[in-house]
Amino acid sequence: MTKRDTTIYWTGFGVVMALLIVAPLVLPPFWSRFVTEILIWGLLAMSSDVLIGYTGMVSFGHSAFFGLGMYGAAAALLMVAPPNLLLALLFGLTASAAVSAFVAYFSTRLRDIYFAITTLIFSQIFYVIIFTWTEVTGGENGLSFRRPAFGIPGLWTTPFTPETLHWFVLAVVAGSYLILRRIMRSPFGMVLQSIRENEPRTRAIGYAVERYKIVAVMLSGLFAGLSGVLYAIQNRFAAPDFVFFIISGDAVIFNVMGGIGTLVGPIVGAATFLLLREGLGRLFGDQFPYLIPLGFIFIAIIIFMPQGLLGFMRRWLNK
Amino acid sequence: MAAILSFFADFPIELFFIQTLNGIVTGMILALIASGLTLIFGIMDVVNFAHGELFMLGAYVGVIVLSTTGSFWLALLLAALLVGIFGAAMQIVTLRPLLGRDPLTTILATFGMSLILQNYALWQFGPVARKINEPYTGHFNLFYLEYPWYRLMIAGLSAAIIGGFWLFLKHGKFGIWIRATMQDRVMAQAMGIPVPLVHTVAFAIGAAMAAASGVLFGPLVGVNHTMGLDWVLKAFIVVVVGGMGNLGGSIAAAIFISLLEAYASIWVSPAQAVIVSFVVLIFTLLFRPTGLFVPTPK
Repeated sequence: MTKRDTTIYWTGFGVVMALLIVAPLVLPPFWSRFVTEILIWGLLAMSSDVLIGYTGMVSFGHSAFFGLGMYGAAAALLMVAPPNLLLALLFGLTASAAVSAFVAYFSTRLRDIYFAITTLIFSQIFYVIIFTWTEVTGGENGLSFRRPAFGIPGLWTTPFTPETLHWFVLAVVAGSYLILRRIMRSPFGMVLQSIRENEPRTRAIGYAVERYKIVAVMLSGLFAGLSGVLYAIQNRFAAPDFVFFIISGDAVIFNVMGGIGTLVGPIVGAATFLLLREGLGRLFGDQFPYLIPLGFIFIAIIIFMPQGLLGFMRRWLNK
Repeated sequence: MAAILSFFADFPIELFFIQTLNGIVTGMILALIASGLTLIFGIMDVVNFAHGELFMLGAYVGVIVLSTTGSFWLALLLAALLVGIFGAAMQIVTLRPLLGRDPLTTILATFGMSLILQNYALWQFGPVARKINEPYTGHFNLFYLEYPWYRLMIAGLSAAIIGGFWLFLKHGKFGIWIRATMQDRVMAQAMGIPVPLVHTVAFAIGAAMAAASGVLFGPLVGVNHTMGLDWVLKAFIVVVVGGMGNLGGSIAAAIFISLLEAYASIWVSPAQAVIVSFVVLIFTLLFRPTGLFVPTPK
């Protein structure tokens, strides 16, 4: 990256961040909540981009990581008397890390379509377990809990307002983006991209491809779990619907729409998808089957714009 | 030891036989769905995510034809025909442009199709399940149950359709083209086989088989817009366990997995019995990723 590119990149980053920081102050409450939600779904899609865009593996199982992050956070918030934010994060991340280690160990032995199907099946296993284990998970009704306070427990806390919640989510998502970007530009990330481009050759050079794939799935699962924790904190409930593979499908749609292999593309994809959905709902009423036109747009993007909306920036964003 | 003995003493042998029968019946339906899926995969490397929705669409066409004409057999025929034509159109519009690209993009495109079809069904027919009446309502006594003849009829009809399909593949001119394209697309093209047409027709046949199984299965559970989801997941498992693109393997795997699930639901709820087939899939992938019912690759 030349010096000029660096300046442009960080200026762009700063402008977008500034816009997102002032968003809850200027937007009406509905839209500011909407932006928060876009960021959370964007983080989920971004985590799945690590696999789709950088390692060349399409995961249809991200709902498991997302859902386990949600239920992990729920466990922490229900068990500890004043609900504790840090504990919720810790529990959610531990749960999703454990699940993603398990899934990664088995599913990375397979490639391409088989990988996609295996991750899908794994997420359905967790869905069935959560759905039927009513005593612990609340079954179909899920769990609801109170939102924890923001701050350092014991020293200083303040309850979340919509604005502080937005800034907290923004900080987590922006931090995750910077961390993932750093990792994808590191030698480790380069190996992942070389697996995407040519797996046999990467193996021949002497990299332990399987180990790299396992770490990639775990990394991806960890950040998916983080987005699950954020969603649980924002909505104060955990439900089995969020472990169902439709959520994984959404993550894949966000990626394809926004542009894979860019990390920011998935967030743009999530924003496009959710805005279109909202717009169609407002134009034609709540009963309108918004997924029909969105499905056609999705297929058209796959056929005519395989790089997605931000595809034209892909090379530049990864410099 | 005592535990094992008491297990066998309490073994519900009658329930076991009933479940064997149930397992075979669902197995045959599943085999019918899965053989379409495996045909589509084998011939063009497409994992058809929308297969469950074609199954559902077939069941809805069946509902409509049945309520207007009253004939179950006409419903079965028309459902297969119309969904087959729809499948051909879908293949031409969404999958043909993706030929030669990464097979993963076809999963995405068919996933998009499945979203569209599922929401279309919800929008058009509403969330309430529709009923298809059984064409034959007789029962026979099986231990303490009145077992409907229709269930056995389903198994027989599925077997007949699969058998007919197999004969067509083995001896029909077009069937031979399909098998040639499966083996080597480029070589088949060089021999003058119209490969794009073969792709479209194979997709249409797969869709028609899914639709037929939808109509056959409709009387057992009722028809609604989410019925495809469960079945497509099961069919995926079957196709992988049986060996991708292997027709005989898929049929064996369909019956194997349905029997296991039927037996498991003697002890646990049917919702949890699904986990058995997941476990079978995971072990297959770990130890024989090419499929359980295929010869060991050399």
